[in-house]
Amino acid sequence: MGNVNIEVHHVTRVEGHGNIVVNAKNGVLEECRLDIVETPRFFEAMLRGRPYTQSSHITSRICGICAVGHATASLRATENALGIEPSAQTVLLRKLNFHGEMLDSHVLHVYMLVAPDMLGVGSVIPLVQIAPEAVLRALRLKKLAGDLCAVIAGRHTHPIAMAVGGFTHFPTIAELKALRGRLVDARADMDETVKLAKTLPWPQFNRETEYVALRKEDEYAFIDGTITTTDGGKYAINDYRQVTNERMVTHATAKHCAHKRESYMVGALARFNVNHDKLHPRAKAAAEELGLKPICTNPYLNTAAQVVELVHCVEDAINIIDELVGRGVKPEPLPAFPGKGGEGAGSCEVPRGILFHNYQIGDDGNVIGANCIIPTGQNLANIDADMRALVPQILDRPQDEIRQMMEMLVRAYDPCISCSVHFLDVRFV
Amino acid sequence: MKPKVAFFDFTSCEGCQLTVVDSLQTHVDLLDVVEIVQFREAMTEKGEDYLVAFVEGSISRESDEARLKEIRERAAVLVALGACAHLGGVNAIRNAMPLEDVRRYVYGDKADWYETYPARPLSAVVKVDAFIPGCPIDREEFIEVVKALLAGRKPPIPDFPMCVECKRKENVCMYDRGGQCLGPVTRAGCGAICPTYGDGCEGCRGLIPDPNSEAMSDVLVKNGLTVDDMLARWSMFGTYQQMELAAKK
Ligand code: SF4
Ligand code: SF4
Ligand code: SF4
Repeated sequence: MGNVNIEVHHVTRVEGHGNIVVNAKNGVLEECRLDIVETPRFFEAMLRGRPYTQSSHITSRICGICAVGHATASLRATENALGIEPSAQTVLLRKLNFHGEMLDSHVLHVYMLVAPDMLGVGSVIPLVQIAPEAVLRALRLKKLAGDLCAVIAGRHTHPIAMAVGGFTHFPTIAELKALRGRLVDARADMDETVKLAKTLPWPQFNRETEYVALRKEDEYAFIDGTITTTDGGKYAINDYRQVTNERMVTHATAKHCAHKRESYMVGALARFNVNHDKLHPRAKAAAEELGLKPICTNPYLNTAAQVVELVHCVEDAINIIDELVGRGVKPEPLPAFPGKGGEGAGSCEVPRGILFHNYQIGDDGNVIGANCIIPTGQNLANIDADMRALVPQILDRPQDEIRQMMEMLVRAYDPCISCSVHFLDVRFV
Repeated sequence: MKPKVAFFDFTSCEGCQLTVVDSLQTHVDLLDVVEIVQFREAMTEKGEDYLVAFVEGSISRESDEARLKEIRERAAVLVALGACAHLGGVNAIRNAMPLEDVRRYVYGDKADWYETYPARPLSAVVKVDAFIPGCPIDREEFIEVVKALLAGRKPPIPDFPMCVECKRKENVCMYDRGGQCLGPVTRAGCGAICPTYGDGCEGCRGLIPDPNSEAMSDVLVKNGLTVDDMLARWSMFGTYQQMELAAKK
């Protein structure tokens, strides 16, 4: 049992810059954490004084991969602040767009960021040699996801047609039907994805923690709902601060979060643990195939939960298109500014977990205050806790293996470090 | 031997790098003509020997400068990837606000823990050889620029205004729909995608080289607007340039 001294500078294949630090002396763990060295971004401060109509366009630039998610949370916060109710058609189009982003992000993570680890290569590029059909499948699925988003809002990063109270552009029935055909074809790719996931050597490591996700009684929740935890917590979105309890730490420009325990986890695995009963039957079957059962406490299986969600999103997207085609898509004008400001929070489940936006808008329609709490920030304390539990279990292994296990752990969370660096804790006055 | 290229990022949303990944969906053959030696977002390998460096993001703290200068020294060609790198982009919105106030607003009394300074484009720190505009960049344009650089040609970035492209698409002008649009002074090349999807252009691709040449643009004349009105509205992506202009006056 020797000394272990690991510093992974700028963990690769995650979004944003983070470093892993592990120090052990004579078999005793002295130090172990994920440092966030990303630059602070200050988005909340930048919204102040700008018209409410710009918030979603600015905040989508927090993250290129969760652009639709940020735009959606931003729009919901603004709508709640202004007392605007989106129409049934708007709700459907937003959900569909959301599935496009979920597909895009999960495929990127499963195929391009995690699979190379498990197949023992450094990136997706050598994968082109050893598993070309898997890479082509991933590119095909990503193209479908991107095309879906483009039909609805112009492009995936950064959506154009999404606006407060509705959309500024509408897909045609022919476009929707064409997408439907491709989604049906994607079922075969989903089967292959589940098969691939089944062959991957998932590391075995379990640690109990609290899982937090939005929940709705009538569907697997992605947009709106009740904040629900596996420890029995239930909160309205407006009360999000009771869950997040942000605090600042010196080793990260991102704030850390904790609810009742020292930390909690958000993301696909948390959603699976909280909402397993609401999954589409095909997604439930995929979970069974992968041996995934709630409550699953192995963080490495967050990626497996993403595979289950991929299956769900393809099926739900087909259903939404059927509904839209059935009812027809009509251009709807955007609601006017109601003449009075207010405060509101919005929340949705972006690929990496629960996201909150909270705005205060003045009677002139300009933003007065803003707060955004991003999933990766909420996961940071849990990642640290996992590392502290994992390292002593593997301390006798070669240093390279420890390093790899740690990097894989961080990547399993699919962290988006560039997003998580602009937290604040403003009290609206 | 294939020319080596590398990707780097500073303060950004990584949307432009993701667009590069997406461009592979339709141009897998790109990997036949270049060798990617560094791309933190997609690969673990890190090669330090490269000909072309694509750099995404704004420079927003002093300690970033050394890293950027090192990249500049190694690369024969340095390309700014996207509006953050090319213009400062959304990151520079805060430059117009008192820095101390911005820091305290986000980090309260812990503001001193985190290093920052006003956000700036790459060209404020090092020489930039080429840029790919947009927030995010356009996939096809990225491919075209790579091709041009490999052939030793000047990257084919348009320098006429968006309105030309927009009219070609037969869009109804945003001003006729009660909206606003920076099309008369913004560099074309995105296919006027925002007006096409019902929203005004926000100027993410930057200004055409001489915006004043557009003072007589029929859209401006018809709507009683001036080039200065346009510049004043260009704050989502152009705050850095607005402040430079103001400092010159
Ligand atoms: S230019 Fe836009 S899309 Fe590109 S990194 Fe910056 S914010 Fe993201
Ligand atoms: S002002 Fe905008 S909408 Fe009008 S023609 Fe020019 S680019 Fe198109
Ligand atoms: S229309 Fe304007 S804001 Fe939209 S992508 Fe083109 S240049 Fe950027």
